[in-house]
Amino acid sequence: MTRTIDLTLKVWRQKTADARGGFETLHATNISTDMSFLEMLDVVNDQLTLDGKEPIAFDSDCREGICGQCGAVVNGHPHGHQKGTTLCQLHMRHFNNGDTIVIEPFRARAFKLVRDLVIDRGALDGIIQAGGYISVNAGGAPDANTIPVSQEKADLAMDAAACIGCGACVAACPNASAMLFVSAKVSHLALLPQGKPEAARRALAMVRRMDELCFGNCSNERECEAECPKEISIVNIARLNREFIKAGFFSAVR
Amino acid sequence: MQLDAHIPAGPLAEKWDRHRFELKLVSPANKRKFTILVVGTGLAGGSAAASLAELGYNVKNFCIQDSPRRAHSIAAQGGINAAKNYPNDGDSIWRLFYDTIKGGDFRAREANVYRLAQVSNNIIDQCVAQGVPFAREYGGLLANRSFGGAQVSRTFYARGQTGQQLLLGAYGALSRQIAAGRVEMFTRREMLDLIVVDGQARGILVRNLITGEMERYAGDAVVLASGGYGNVFFLSTNAMNSNVTAAYRAYKRGALFANPCFTQIHPTCIPVHGTYQSKLTLMSESLRNDGRVWVPKKPGDKRPPNEIPESERDYFLERKYPSFGNLVPRDVASRATKEQCDMGKGVGETGRAVYLDFADAIRRDGRDVIEKKYGNLFEMYEKITAENPYETPMRIYPAIHYTMGGLWVDYNLMSTIAGLFVLGEANFSDHGANRLGASALMQGLADGYFIIPYTIGGYLADSSRQAVSTDHPAFAEAEKRVGEQVDKLLKIDGHRSVDDFHRHLGLIMWDYCGMSRNDEGLQKARGMVRELRAEFWENVRVPGRGEEFNQSLERAGRVADFLEFAELMIVDALTRRESCGGHFNEAFQTEEHEALRDDEHFAHVAAWEYTGDQSEPQRHIEPLVFENVHLAQRSYK
Repeated sequence: MTRTIDLTLKVWRQKTADARGGFETLHATNISTDMSFLEMLDVVNDQLTLDGKEPIAFDSDCREGICGQCGAVVNGHPHGHQKGTTLCQLHMRHFNNGDTIVIEPFRARAFKLVRDLVIDRGALDGIIQAGGYISVNAGGAPDANTIPVSQEKADLAMDAAACIGCGACVAACPNASAMLFVSAKVSHLALLPQGKPEAARRALAMVRRMDELCFGNCSNERECEAECPKEISIVNIARLNREFIKAGFFSAVR
Repeated sequence: MQLDAHIPAGPLAEKWDRHRFELKLVSPANKRKFTILVVGTGLAGGSAAASLAELGYNVKNFCIQDSPRRAHSIAAQGGINAAKNYPNDGDSIWRLFYDTIKGGDFRAREANVYRLAQVSNNIIDQCVAQGVPFAREYGGLLANRSFGGAQVSRTFYARGQTGQQLLLGAYGALSRQIAAGRVEMFTRREMLDLIVVDGQARGILVRNLITGEMERYAGDAVVLASGGYGNVFFLSTNAMNSNVTAAYRAYKRGALFANPCFTQIHPTCIPVHGTYQSKLTLMSESLRNDGRVWVPKKPGDKRPPNEIPESERDYFLERKYPSFGNLVPRDVASRATKEQCDMGKGVGETGRAVYLDFADAIRRDGRDVIEKKYGNLFEMYEKITAENPYETPMRIYPAIHYTMGGLWVDYNLMSTIAGLFVLGEANFSDHGANRLGASALMQGLADGYFIIPYTIGGYLADSSRQAVSTDHPAFAEAEKRVGEQVDKLLKIDGHRSVDDFHRHLGLIMWDYCGMSRNDEGLQKARGMVRELRAEFWENVRVPGRGEEFNQSLERAGRVADFLEFAELMIVDALTRRESCGGHFNEAFQTEEHEALRDDEHFAHVAAWEYTGDQSEPQRHIEPLVFENVHLAQRSYK
């Protein structure tokens, strides 16, 4: 059933990375509970614009929960309190009339703030560039059915590959570690026969790059898993640790 | 202007091989002397940038998002076609070619489509080698499923998120080249102009979305892979940032725009539910493998779906098209759906929806099997509608999804501007008047991995260029032109927001240039668009400054272009005196309300030339020659 609710928002406003930021209190009235969270912000922004104020800067693109561009910390939870849901797929029916909602950007040393809720997650691309791929050029690949892959392995690889690179795991972690993100890519590729030749090099290089880019260490807090909108399992972190140790002890790669 | 598609001579099956041999090559030592600017990082742009860099070219790659991994290809759900014939069900390159030509209602080039079918198999090989986790059978081999417009199972998939996995494959290849220093990546950049020097595309002007600064980039060729223009309708399944600006500004610099009225309405989307809505969500076509589409037989029947007995349901797609059933092509399914709703048989609050029912499939295969195939889609549906599709049928309605029209390109994917190549959804080339499901991913990757690496070499080796630096006056002119527009937008300080104009434009286009069109409505829409455009330039309110991160300003520039481009779509729709595929003019239909083509007068591509803001665009035609297929009334009965 569609209803409308009124909300008080406390939104982080900050003009640039170097400017001083702070919370601003805004009112969102007559919000349909069928709206998504970002559509609620659209409505607030339209009003701010007409009132001659600057709208809240926030990122979004697909609004289907797959591109990973959106995200903010809502009442202390990256992407809000609804489990397994990106902010764009969080609907207002999960809020009550009169609620106060605190909205902040994802915060981590490795993520620079751009404006308001918009951040720069280029560091995640940097980690992938260190080795989150299989080195094959276009052309020359053997027939796709040459190497059978068990359904179980393919499914596990797919579970890990579902990561959308939104950075919620980093924002949720008290150490701002990117271990879940790194482990998802390392697992996805290490589980497949095609990824095996580079598995050792990949694990070492990606972890090293993660450290260089100022992400913290993993201390098994499990906040990442709890907040991940794609419910990536921390079993992947265990697999990353195994791959990392194997690479360190048993491979010639340094 | 005479449009020459440069289709190679010889039998259809030998054209591409012959052409690849005839194209001149650039030696490895010389490749590094060339700089190629690639705009977009989706399946077409990302794969092109990676492949060109692998060959040794210097590549500069630009995207609008904060990371190349977020391009809208990522949202493609159902799958990617290839003529592998793994299921042994009678598929072949020729059949994929034929299905695609027929699915496009005989409005695509034979040679391009045949090449697409030929390289489709290489794409699957390449993606598997990259580690794309496609679905597999118990024996470890790749699984296939069926998609609309085909009677074979040729669609490869990775759950309901195939686009994501293919894009991450291309993004991996791209990342590897970035690490190798062969691709320089520029994120959060929006292309605002094309630089043409001596008739050749030599650079682009982009706005740095973080600082607001204009940046100039010069190169030897420009590859545009900036996607489609579905957001001209405001509500579509496209991402919020998808826009026509890069393509439209290339049009204004002299590239011809082909078949802009060919837009695809996807039959299975979650229906519109409120005026505040920002976008529509697709429910993959793959669902029609197992879901059955129906409406109550009696108009105005408001009973809940499970209280309507079997005998009072009309499975209208199965009834009307017995041999393809629920898997008829998208244009056919969409129109049939609209027809039912127009008869008052629509369901849900608004009456603009039909049921997509999985009850039979769940009874037959069990909930586990259905969950495995479509789990993420069902979850997405439940998040948006708060209804559980395992228990109650989905409600779906057609929505704008894809645009077959785009910048005109020849067989080499080069536009009418020398050195400007256009790939993926941004070009017009392979889907005719209607795209079949699971063919967009195929085309994007074909263009990027397997076509542009050859054809761009041919161009670079075969033409001469003078050195052009970013100090060239053409850059200064473009910067001045774009800068003036930005200033103008910021100064208006009117009373309506950018989104408000965009939404208004979308309604006009959906009502009069959408699923079904007529001359009167199109004429009316043209007037309305002009009025809205005039009002926009007097009454829009764009807060903030140009030299900062300013999302309202970004959107204002895009909506300004949509307001012009919309008129081009309408003019194209008015001049195509037939119905075909996604373009349905009510004056041209069969007795059974199917699209009625006029092959004698309209078996051609309409390509529009920009002649100035105050003058009418000029229509050019490229005749389509069919030597290998027989033009027939499309039938899916």
